[in-house]
Amino acid sequence: MSEMNQQELLLKVNDIHVYYGAIHAIKGVSFEVRKNEIVALIGANGAGKSTTLNTVAGLLKPRSGTITFKGENVTAVPASKMVFRGLALCPEGRRIFQQMTVRENLEMGAYSRPNAEIEQAMENVFGRFPRLKEREKQVAGTLSGGEQQMLAMGRALMARPELLMLDEPSMGLAPILVEQIFDIIRELHESGATILLVEQNAQMALSVADRAYVLETGSIGMSGPAKQLLNDDAVRRAYLGH
Amino acid sequence: MAFLSSLVNGLSLGSIYAIIALGYTMVYGIAKMLNFAHGDVIMVGAYIAFCGAQYWGLPPVMCVLTAMLVCTVLGVTIERLAYRPLRQATSLAVLITAIGMSYLLQNLALQIWGANPKSFPVDLVALPGFTLFGGQLRISGVTLVTVLANIVIMAALTFFTSRTKLGKAMRCVSEDRGAAELMGISVNRTISLTFAIGSALAAIAGVLLCSAYPTLQPTTGSMPGIKAFTAAVFGGIGSIPGAMVGGLLLGIIEILSRAYISTELADAIVFAVLIVVLLVKPTGLLGKQVREKV
Ligand SMILES: Nc1ncnc2c1ncn2[C@@H]1O[C@H](COP(=O)(O)OP(=O)(O)O)[C@@H](O)[C@H]1O
Ligand SMILES: [Mg+2]
Repeated sequence: MSEMNQQELLLKVNDIHVYYGAIHAIKGVSFEVRKNEIVALIGANGAGKSTTLNTVAGLLKPRSGTITFKGENVTAVPASKMVFRGLALCPEGRRIFQQMTVRENLEMGAYSRPNAEIEQAMENVFGRFPRLKEREKQVAGTLSGGEQQMLAMGRALMARPELLMLDEPSMGLAPILVEQIFDIIRELHESGATILLVEQNAQMALSVADRAYVLETGSIGMSGPAKQLLNDDAVRRAYLGH
Repeated sequence: MAFLSSLVNGLSLGSIYAIIALGYTMVYGIAKMLNFAHGDVIMVGAYIAFCGAQYWGLPPVMCVLTAMLVCTVLGVTIERLAYRPLRQATSLAVLITAIGMSYLLQNLALQIWGANPKSFPVDLVALPGFTLFGGQLRISGVTLVTVLANIVIMAALTFFTSRTKLGKAMRCVSEDRGAAELMGISVNRTISLTFAIGSALAAIAGVLLCSAYPTLQPTTGSMPGIKAFTAAVFGGIGSIPGAMVGGLLLGIIEILSRAYISTELADAIVFAVLIVVLLVKPTGLLGKQVREKV
């Protein structure tokens, strides 16, 4: 933990409140992510995990509170500018461009990068996801669920983000594919990526994460080192089912 | 030979519908709204070209370019002032605003240019025509230019949307606005660009339309606008090749009905065909089946 804390602070979310019209979805959430960490945000369906990530990405605006990324206040920065600052979100439900080819999806992932970098970034992504290379010319809507998830992650990586946010990457996938996705998350971590991971699959998330926060209907409940939460009785009962 | 001649006329009118339909279909595909003022932008474009030739002494090419420039600025301004503030509003509110904008443009034109029809300078598109089959089939310069313009525009747009970064960004916005923003694409700028392209095309359509049917008045854009909208729905709204196919078919059906069935019933027949097509294929001829998100 002390070793972690020496790492540079990348993202700091301070007491944000987010509303959907009159619905108060996020009620004072605070957390931070340091460089090279995997931080997991776990919680039940409807707890506000996606809302939190979407707010950090700039798709939603908090009514109060601040978001600081790389030391700059980015609370009011829209999503289309956040990716230029080094933050990429791989959204819930993948949301790849179904009518575009795999290659085009990846190109669009690098929209914020200079053209000269695209080929290199594409090679990197193909190296990590050889399946995408095989399907390069295929229309994305015809990919299998696992391949679509890989494409969504590859597309986010094309932006070469300093912070990668993954919203339920294992959703709707067969167990073997879930393993595969988490292996990739581990590999990304080993190659130095910083990841903010949202998962309902708390067991898997806690096993790859360094630290974790538990979100309960719009506010942070417990938080701490992932290993500690994995062994915590309350967490086990509520989120791990044993 | 009369049939062939009608077919050529239909192709020519259909090309104009297709160019107008592109504006409807692109705006619908990207901004998800029906811009009912689009037909009136055509009228403004025609008036500007008319003024260029009649009052400002501009050469023909400059008349067309000025019309395109004015319409581009007009289209982008309409979107910025009238539609953008309603981005989160219901589609009904947007539709009513668009209808209001249509009447606003017509009334402004009435103020500026008066109600008396102007006769559009027919020599604006001054390409010589030619005859085929020993003089039996005459193809006018306007027809030639109209059909060629349609082909060039279609090819250029297809290239733009499939090969360029901006064009691909447009397709992203059309598919999933939020995901497009996450890529770094500005949705507002993309929508502005769409209106700019659609309105510039409307100016071209206005010049071509009035060169073929040279009476110009504030309501000139209404009927072609509605027909072109029909063509866009016919071909599959949101689809660029659909606008082309829909426009051409509509023009041909209209002219052939006029020639062989009844002048009075021609429009009724056009809309009857549309209804039949929509009953058989609700998304239009080339429309994409909308996949429900899981
Ligand atoms: N677009 C929306 N409009 C209104 N309420 C929403 C919307 N999206 C989410 N919510 C509500 O906000 C709360 C948090 O949702 P969400 O962030 O999606 O949770 P999670 O990702 O943890 O499942 C839920 O109560 C949900 O019903
Ligand atoms: Mg969620």
